[in-house]
Amino acid sequence: MRFGVVLFPGSNCEQDVVHAARMLGFSAEYVWHGDTDLAGFDALVLPGGFSYGDYIRCGAVARFSPVMAEVVRFAERGGPVLGICNGFQILTEAHLLPGALLRNTGLKFICHPQPLRVERSVCEWLDLPADTVVDIPVNHNEGNYYCDAETLARLDANGQVVLRYCEPDGSRAPGGSAPNGALDDIAGICNGRGNVFGLMPHPERGVDPLVGTTDGRPFFTAIIKRLAEVAG
Amino acid sequence: MARYEVYVTYKQGIFDPPGATAERALANLGYEGVHSVKIGKYIQIEADADLAAVREMCERLLANPVIEDYRIVTEGEA
Repeated sequence: MRFGVVLFPGSNCEQDVVHAARMLGFSAEYVWHGDTDLAGFDALVLPGGFSYGDYIRCGAVARFSPVMAEVVRFAERGGPVLGICNGFQILTEAHLLPGALLRNTGLKFICHPQPLRVERSVCEWLDLPADTVVDIPVNHNEGNYYCDAETLARLDANGQVVLRYCEPDGSRAPGGSAPNGALDDIAGICNGRGNVFGLMPHPERGVDPLVGTTDGRPFFTAIIKRLAEVAG
Repeated sequence: MARYEVYVTYKQGIFDPPGATAERALANLGYEGVHSVKIGKYIQIEADADLAAVREMCERLLANPVIEDYRIVTEGEA
């Protein structure tokens, strides 16, 4: 099974993703943003960083990269696509996921380990039981998830909220547990089909025990297991 | 060639942290009666394009209709 890690000008987490995937025994190669051939990839990852300097809005320019038309086609065929941090922002700008990521309400760039609660969802990228708490780093300035009330109701009803920011015991603080002001503590969502998943935290930084946690491993292993099962 | 000015602001109800910070800072400086400060983007465009085309530029790239409103002011021939 082979991961394609899309590299935009200004991406800076692509090496972490490739390292994480290879460490878990998977094959992973870079895909340049100007490429339009995604043949041979089983799953795609849009990594974190500052694509095109975050000019206009985070992800606004990247979504028009030549590779993105192919990423959209790959996703529409049911291909698994994961967007991490800036990758999540690009997926919302490309309308593969609803809503938008706003500036953190505290106006601070946040960078710390963050407890997250796994929600019951249709997401194909995770097979952890609902209410599992994982500890994964966040590292962003625009991670404040927003969507209108109608979209939020739809996300909830369809099981598209995959991860919520929480307290270490898995509870949510009355005033919200999101370190960035995210609506309803939302840290990650998927599309209705479950194959496109975007999240602000960085699971690739929770794979190598050297950096303190291995809670990010299921974010890469579950999809491969599922693909292997489908392939029989 | 025509010249346009585009103002991009957050939609009503979306929290604008830099605007809120500026509002507090003005109050701290002693300016009373400042009820609201909103910070947005100002874009100048000179183009061989009509208003409909500039509107499309806003919808597709310059503004995100999910979170932002935009206002186009036509400045006439450049």
